[in-house]
Amino acid sequence: MHCQECGQKPATLHFTKIVNGEKTEFHICESCAREKGESLPGTPGGFSIHSLLSGLLDFEKTNQTGLGPKPQTIRCDECGLTYSQFSKIGRFGCSSCYKHFTDRLDPLFKRVHGSTSHVGKIPKRSGGQIQFKREIEQLKLELHQKIEQEEFESAAELRDRIRELERKITEM
Amino acid sequence: MGKRRFAQDALSDWMKNDGPDSEIVISSRIRIARNIRNQPFPMLATNQQSREVMEQLTSVANSDELNELGNFDTFVLSDLNELEKRVLVEKHLISPNLANESRGGALILSDSESVSIMINEEDHLRIQCLYPGFQIKEAWELASRIDDIFEHEVDYAFDERRGYLTSCPTNVGTGIRASVMMHLPALVLTQQINRILSAITQVGLAVRGLYGEGSEAVGNLFQISNQITLGQSEDEIIDNLYSVARQIIEHEKAARERIIAESKIRIEDRIRRSYGILSYASIMDSKEAAQRLSDVRLGIDLGLIQSVSPQVMNELMVLTQPGFLQQVFDEKLNAEERDIRRAELIRRYLAPQT
Repeated sequence: MHCQECGQKPATLHFTKIVNGEKTEFHICESCAREKGESLPGTPGGFSIHSLLSGLLDFEKTNQTGLGPKPQTIRCDECGLTYSQFSKIGRFGCSSCYKHFTDRLDPLFKRVHGSTSHVGKIPKRSGGQIQFKREIEQLKLELHQKIEQEEFESAAELRDRIRELERKITEM
Repeated sequence: MGKRRFAQDALSDWMKNDGPDSEIVISSRIRIARNIRNQPFPMLATNQQSREVMEQLTSVANSDELNELGNFDTFVLSDLNELEKRVLVEKHLISPNLANESRGGALILSDSESVSIMINEEDHLRIQCLYPGFQIKEAWELASRIDDIFEHEVDYAFDERRGYLTSCPTNVGTGIRASVMMHLPALVLTQQINRILSAITQVGLAVRGLYGEGSEAVGNLFQISNQITLGQSEDEIIDNLYSVARQIIEHEKAARERIIAESKIRIEDRIRRSYGILSYASIMDSKEAAQRLSDVRLGIDLGLIQSVSPQVMNELMVLTQPGFLQQVFDEKLNAEERDIRRAELIRRYLAPQT
């Protein structure tokens, strides 16, 4: 089989792309692949997930209301990456980008993950406070239940435990 | 600087053991992405910062806690030659990205090669655990333990609302990618595979081929992994993958039984032909090799071929990759020479000893 780009060299790379169930195949030689910049496993070059993402990140779509500052001017103070650069490359520059771009991240995370906040593992050392906070939230739910069920004795116990945890947080 | 045994053996020690359901699930893998607080992500780090990150993270390789889990060697990527890097990629121990583009890149590798820890890939730290067969929960438990060991030594970039912060928005939250590698020849043969794969993508999972892209997997090998990392706990992510993979295993088993019941002689013929061609051919391209190795593996699983072990199939899948071929024959090979050498190597493994 010959390369379908140049029609001269033998096709050594065979791709099948499936987007929404629509299948496209193409067969090209190595040098044409490099020119096309098609990303493939085992070779250097753009990684397609990032170009895919930049479609999702397109700020025109995430900012249809026209409110707020222009994406070119939103910039991470820490590393200097602008939101429009982020939307092109699909990668954050540093952990502070999450803080500086926060207003625009909710719609993005909704689309990618269907959710905007973390519910999984928490680092033991630096996450101590967060662990307490989650525990408090859980205890407060239980507390409401106990009060509704008029089990005031266990409700009082829960209340004490919540206070204890809150004290620990302020001491941290 | 550790020994470079990884370049000699195609089969990692962890692959030499059988895991549960290993006639269908080749391996289970967990990858965790983490970053260090107050350091820019590798993409924007200066060379100095990359070096600092590398030093900080590789020092954990010497900790007692980590060494309780096995013997670890540290490799600095810039000390490895092109072929060694390629071999690591072909064994799935590092990513092409770490091999080719990283600054300050390093690898911490366990003796059995079941744990490989990448430093300064897209994120500062990527912990990968590989288990044979269907052991995704076991892989997660080990990866999580290693994660705790690192967390003890370094401050992670973590946000209360967003979770573990990663360079790419597709990894934020838990930072985990759980995947299983499945051999599904009967589902392909009975043409049920596309229906099943499209169902998989609708429950937040992704499918890709092992050494190819797209759903047309080379050698009927499919990698199924979670897409979502935010808003689900690690246990939910793993349970979801587990139960979907479990269903696929049952479908594949049923399809194998159906093939045997309905067209035993035809599948037998196909398997024996592939076995024969692999045993005697002089030229073998990688696509044909993958397809015929898949046939022979199915033959082993169905009990039609008893003279070859499933491990030999795993070994040949890796050995017949371009980098490994060159390593085995110790010379640079073009595509045509590779096809000849590949055939030679497979013959050596499969042809009846006389």
